[in-house]
Amino acid sequence: MVVKTTDMDPKFKYKISKVPGAEKIMLCFQCGTCTADCPIARFDDFYRPRKLIRMTQLGLKDRLLSNDVIWLCSTCFTCIDHCPQDVGIASIVRALRNLSVKERDMPVVYKELASNIRKTGYAYMIPGLRLRKREEGGLPSLPKANLENLAKLFDATGLSKTLGRVGT
Amino acid sequence: MPELKYLIFLGCVIPYRVSSYEISARKVLDKLGVELVEMPEFNCCGFPLDPINHDMMLTLAARNLCLAEQQKLNIMTLCNGCFGILNHVNKELKEDKKIREKVNRYLKEIGMEFKGTITVKHLIHVLAQDIGFEKIKKTIQKPLNPLRVAQHTGCHVVRPGKIVGFDDPENPTTLKKLIRVTGAKCLDYMDETECCGNPTSGVNSEIPLQLAREKLDHVRAVGAQALITVCPFCHMMYDLNQARIERKFNEKFHIPVLHYPQLLGLAMGMDPNELALKDLRVDTSELTNLL
Repeated sequence: MVVKTTDMDPKFKYKISKVPGAEKIMLCFQCGTCTADCPIARFDDFYRPRKLIRMTQLGLKDRLLSNDVIWLCSTCFTCIDHCPQDVGIASIVRALRNLSVKERDMPVVYKELASNIRKTGYAYMIPGLRLRKREEGGLPSLPKANLENLAKLFDATGLSKTLGRVGT
Repeated sequence: MPELKYLIFLGCVIPYRVSSYEISARKVLDKLGVELVEMPEFNCCGFPLDPINHDMMLTLAARNLCLAEQQKLNIMTLCNGCFGILNHVNKELKEDKKIREKVNRYLKEIGMEFKGTITVKHLIHVLAQDIGFEKIKKTIQKPLNPLRVAQHTGCHVVRPGKIVGFDDPENPTTLKKLIRVTGAKCLDYMDETECCGNPTSGVNSEIPLQLAREKLDHVRAVGAQALITVCPFCHMMYDLNQARIERKFNEKFHIPVLHYPQLLGLAMGMDPNELALKDLRVDTSELTNLL
């Protein structure tokens, strides 16, 4: 990978380090334990947690935020448990995703999940058949969401605005 | 002995696709004298929104925690994902004043405030810690001695170890012990702690299927007659997707995947139908014929 100094944003790492869970980004000394133990890295040619951390330290912001691989992490948290420097790798990946959403876009699946939660409180649209089966099987009816309050929280956290911008 | 009364947090995956877990869990918990109270209101734990807006995840989780505080009850989840998020946020808000104040500012919009008065547990904590192995043993009427099974504990009920602080994330043994109580043999296999991969399936369907195939391969290699899970999301990967994995990789696994309460219920002498074994995709009749 060719790295040009003009592509680097020296302040980027400080911005990321302000995100809860990502504070220790500068402690990474590139041992590669995270990549070695990552289940996703074993089956993908490009997802390498160590590389994502190095790119963040170098401030290669545009390359990171526009790269689909940041969405591959399965949040198994093995990297967090195994890191000898206690770098919250999965939390840094989450910080990169959040920033990518703020400045760019998000994968379709997250638009769907967010939209379902806003409409019903549940992340998936639960089919009527399932609800009828619950009743027939003697299961208690599902608790309802308070949609009015949920909408207020979507607004307060800025998520409504984000979803509006990306067309959801 | 703590009072065995919990607010049950079902989450989204269970009512959407995995009712068999809920049906069997309610049955065995009732037999063990556990009282379950339904959530008065509900919203998703927040897990799916963490990648797009961390604050919203914190706030959704905190809202559920506030509802439990109002009921003065501890939460019990059946899903690893819900447990991971609710427990993590509960601890973080209790310990970190800055984050608590931020989340409480959001909650103020809806007249709520996080106080930090309850705890969050997963089904296996309730079984192993609150009920205890001795009491479970007393309910076993039909020990499953002929069975040899393998377990998949999953990720968020043990990792990150520093936050969860339960069991050994490198070698979790709670579920193994819970399986042994039923009389079944629990076999060791390669890479037991490997993730099911399901959280990635929304953006990439290939990788999770490869991970699940590998898991099923390792479970088959030791001769396990079933795989036992305690998370609806992991369960979907191995049961619902097993036929797809077999087609894709030209394999034949035929490994029934049972929710732990189904296994326990069988050992308690309950009927397979009562435990919704028929709702599983991989046929379990060969397995139940052994009993």
